[in-house]
Amino acid sequence: MTSATLLFLVIGLGLVAWFFGRLKASGMQASGETSRSALHSLPNYHGWYVALWAIVPAAIFMTIWNFVSPALITDAALTSAAAAGLPQDSFSRAAILSEARAIAYGNQTNAFNPLSQSMVEPYREAIAYYQMIGTVAALLMVFACGVYAWLQIKPDLRARTKIERVTMLILLLASLIAIITTVGIFLSLVFESARFFSMVSPIDFLFGTEWNPKAVAGPRGETGFGAIPLFWGTVFIGAIIAMIVAIPLGLMSAIYLTQYAPAKFRAWMKPILEVLAGVPTVVYGYFAALTVAPALRDFAVSIGIAGASSESALAAGVVMGIMIIPFVSSMADDSIAAVPSAMRDGSLAMGATHSETIKKVLIPAALPGVVGGVLLAVSRAIGETMIVVMAAGLAANMTANPFSSVTTVTTQIVQLLTGDQEFDSPKTLAAFALGLVLFIVTLLLNLIALRVVKKYREAYE
Amino acid sequence: MNDDLTMQEASESANMTDSAPTDMASEASTPKMTARNVNVFYGDKQAINDVSIDVNMDNVTAFIGPSGCGKSTFLRCMNRMNDTIPIARVTGDIQLDGDDIYAPKMDVVQLRARVGMVFQKPNPFPKSIYDNIAYGPRIHGLATGKEELDNIVESSLQRAGLWGEVKDRLHDSGTALSGGQQQRLCIARAIAVDPEVILMDEPCSALDPIATAKIEELIHELRGKYAIVIVTHNMQQAARVSQKTAFFHLGTLVEYGETTDIFTNPREEKTRDYITGRYG
Ligand SMILES: Nc1ncnc2c1ncn2[C@@H]1O[C@H](COP(=O)(O)OP(=O)(O)OP(=O)(O)O)[C@@H](O)[C@H]1O
Ligand SMILES: [Mg+2]
Repeated sequence: MTSATLLFLVIGLGLVAWFFGRLKASGMQASGETSRSALHSLPNYHGWYVALWAIVPAAIFMTIWNFVSPALITDAALTSAAAAGLPQDSFSRAAILSEARAIAYGNQTNAFNPLSQSMVEPYREAIAYYQMIGTVAALLMVFACGVYAWLQIKPDLRARTKIERVTMLILLLASLIAIITTVGIFLSLVFESARFFSMVSPIDFLFGTEWNPKAVAGPRGETGFGAIPLFWGTVFIGAIIAMIVAIPLGLMSAIYLTQYAPAKFRAWMKPILEVLAGVPTVVYGYFAALTVAPALRDFAVSIGIAGASSESALAAGVVMGIMIIPFVSSMADDSIAAVPSAMRDGSLAMGATHSETIKKVLIPAALPGVVGGVLLAVSRAIGETMIVVMAAGLAANMTANPFSSVTTVTTQIVQLLTGDQEFDSPKTLAAFALGLVLFIVTLLLNLIALRVVKKYREAYE
Repeated sequence: MNDDLTMQEASESANMTDSAPTDMASEASTPKMTARNVNVFYGDKQAINDVSIDVNMDNVTAFIGPSGCGKSTFLRCMNRMNDTIPIARVTGDIQLDGDDIYAPKMDVVQLRARVGMVFQKPNPFPKSIYDNIAYGPRIHGLATGKEELDNIVESSLQRAGLWGEVKDRLHDSGTALSGGQQQRLCIARAIAVDPEVILMDEPCSALDPIATAKIEELIHELRGKYAIVIVTHNMQQAARVSQKTAFFHLGTLVEYGETTDIFTNPREEKTRDYITGRYG
């Protein structure tokens, strides 16, 4: 029996256990004086109590068994007669074994190595044997634990409290998964980066100005890993050009929407803006690459700017800015709307006009919230990949000319990890180091932004 | 033409008030603000029904009445703060020094500079104490230089009885003051634009008795320099600070007269019931 079938069987048995648990509890309830005094918990909770007892220990056992059994199976296969003829060299041995295993599980039909073929039968036997053990053990566990729980059902069993605790545990696990995954990603970034930094000095990486990973000489002689041009490109596009576009436009649209727009228009406009934030970035990417970039290049050439490239920082930055507008505008909108209307009334009652009130009272009062929103937007912009891959180019230029091509951290990560690669060359590992830097910077930006926004919220509570 | 003339008169009278308070009595005989047959609607719902009232310069006028009877609504009509509520609609005639404040040629911004307002909850701007006071003079260009602005700030704070408490920390945030101080800051802020009328909507309802006493004292001192209208739920307060009292009920003005008459010898049954606490 495969593990999937077994799992379904266990769950099915769990439902049966639920039924029996409930049945027993209902019986007790009916025999009591009043339904309230007879049972501590409703029959349903008893049902779940028995079901969980039946399912959870068996499921845990199956998970562990899944990890343990392959080793046991291999050991068993190796004790067979056919195993005596295997080569001693551990590398070819492992290759043969893995081939035999694949055939035995039915993932592969015939073997390249005749020796593998000879190992298939022992493998099959071992697999069948251990699967049977696993199945029997799991089913025994279901019965044993289920019956144990069933016997425990008494009027004063606090099933409801226990289920409550299990519910909390499940919720806790769910919330931990995201955190654990993030920590895992971070750790893998750290370890791979550490390997990279054992080949390339961190100083050269963080402060070097020449980025050319293809021209790398070889182990220990590495040059061309100076990431400053990438950092500059990222900041230039994501934090400068994109923000020059997004901050004023986002802020003004937020002001219009919160202060001037008729309620009807606002009711339409706000959701539309929010939907814009959901447009896939690849769509913005080809808009940038196919429409904006050529237009900007033609414009630059026509006003006589030398070095105008068809892949320009400006094209990527402007389109990214437009992409970020809904983001900035919705954060600004929230913070302006959160300014108490008493502020606005106070200013209007002094004889200030509407726009004076906005400029001198609302915006200053909403500023921390707006700044927080802008920081979040920056952290999104520097992590954004599709637009820059498509429109910003690959040349690691250190230039402040917006019409020339620059490259960013994300673009280079994509470059380093696509196509042929060896996983321990500095070229590939450099991607992890870049990822680590990006991770840390965006994390810090987010932390600061959340703090700022939180402080601001507190100010009005 | 006509308009210019009245504006001139108004500013002259303001000057006179400042320089020669003794002349005030003759001035006071003509009402500062008059309302005739005012109705206010929120959408289809009528909140004020045919109210006529005069507000004088030398009086503090109190609006009393049960909650929801339209006191705030009527008060907000007097400097057109109701304009900020889209569904509010005002009919009838309200005049300031003989000019219809709802006339198309009336500039709301100017009107609100002349008819200031203090709200129920202190609402200082999240700026320094100095900037809170300087806010109005700055937007209206009342001061030509730093020194003049300093003077306005100081005199406004002094009139509001707050100068002594804050003179050493003018650049601290206005929101860091106590509730009572904040409310006096708001009064000082209103005074700083040199208004003619000050409307106060339950200015003490968020304050403790000591802070309340200070505000009442302040109202006493301001009386005569400005026409003051105060909404209050506190009968004793109305009796203490006002000379005229208007009793509102369900959007109508039931009785309006000398405060002493209203409290000792009301003409209307409803007024008596409300004042003696048998009601609302
Ligand atoms: N913005 C508004 N929109 C709709 N109706 C309103 C609005 N403001 C007030 N009203 C209604 O108008 C009526 C008068 O309200 P108003 O606030 O003037 O009463 P009030 O006398 O000031 O009461 P309180 O003493 O509780 O402050 C009430 O019925 C109220 O529900
Ligand atoms: Mg009110």
